[in-house]
Amino acid sequence: MRSLAFIAVFVTGALLLYGTRDFPAWGDPAAPAAQHVSPTYIEKSVEQTHVPNIVTAVLGDYRGYDTMFETVVIYCAGIVVIGALRNWRDEE
Amino acid sequence: MMWPLDLLILALVVVCAVVTISIRDLLAATMVFSVYSFLMCLLWAEMGAVDVSFTEATVGAGVSTVLFIAAILRTTRRSKD
Amino acid sequence: MTGEQMSKAGTSGIIVEMAVRIATPFIQLFGMYVIAHGHYSPGGGFQGGVILGSAFILLGIAFNQEMALRYFSERVNSILGSSGALIYVGTAVVCALLGGLFLDYSALDRVLPLGPVEWRSMGIFVVELGVGLAVMSIMTSLFWDLGSGGDLEKGL
Repeated sequence: MRSLAFIAVFVTGALLLYGTRDFPAWGDPAAPAAQHVSPTYIEKSVEQTHVPNIVTAVLGDYRGYDTMFETVVIYCAGIVVIGALRNWRDEE
Repeated sequence: MMWPLDLLILALVVVCAVVTISIRDLLAATMVFSVYSFLMCLLWAEMGAVDVSFTEATVGAGVSTVLFIAAILRTTRRSKD
Repeated sequence: MTGEQMSKAGTSGIIVEMAVRIATPFIQLFGMYVIAHGHYSPGGGFQGGVILGSAFILLGIAFNQEMALRYFSERVNSILGSSGALIYVGTAVVCALLGGLFLDYSALDRVLPLGPVEWRSMGIFVVELGVGLAVMSIMTSLFWDLGSGGDLEKGL
């Protein structure tokens, strides 16, 4: 069973490494991921939002939904931990 | 991007990951996992993603280690398997 | 005292306590700096909130649970966490009610005319403040519940 699991992990890892062969190089400006919205953010974000840090502009403004529900997820996790672990003493 | 530094950090990351999942003592595994997070933070910073690196340093190497240690001190330090 | 005796007495020694006493205000100041300076440097609400929360976690580790609760009570913690999440969602809803799109901060220009572009920058700051408050209280309460087993009476 252990050798079977090892073979499965090894084959998956080899497939993943094989899949990275035709990836673009690191920081390649002609990569598909750098073609669509990245130039717009780099050119327009300072004049559209007056925020010099592009990461903050994208996280807070252009991708606001993402950050909002990230906060909601963290809040829900905290509520669940409080509900599961805390012993409520009787106040009366 | 300096590839010898990248290669060194990546090799240490792999070593830390293997040690984390194979060690029996959970407290030692937590500390090695903290080292893993810090090496990942170095790797992000070296690749230019400073915001991700900052988050990894505060959350991964800082708070999550403290939370793991708190959970270990309340439960058990020995791993079952 | 040896380490065994100190952990039985619930104290971690005068050196650690004095060091934490001196370091805590600076950690909190750095956390607020990270939140407020997120527009110009790496950082933002999440990282700053975690740093602010770690200051209270440090108080709980170096002293004990009562000491941490004296400076940051359970009630204030829940109020701050909930209001942090409410600030974010509330800002988005107010933007929608003022005639803009959901999360379109330039609609806030109708409240205080600073210009729509400047309001997008200010809106990001308000939102990051909400994220920072929520993350700070959640991280602190996670540590309290995990470290004290839920009764919030004795720390680690």
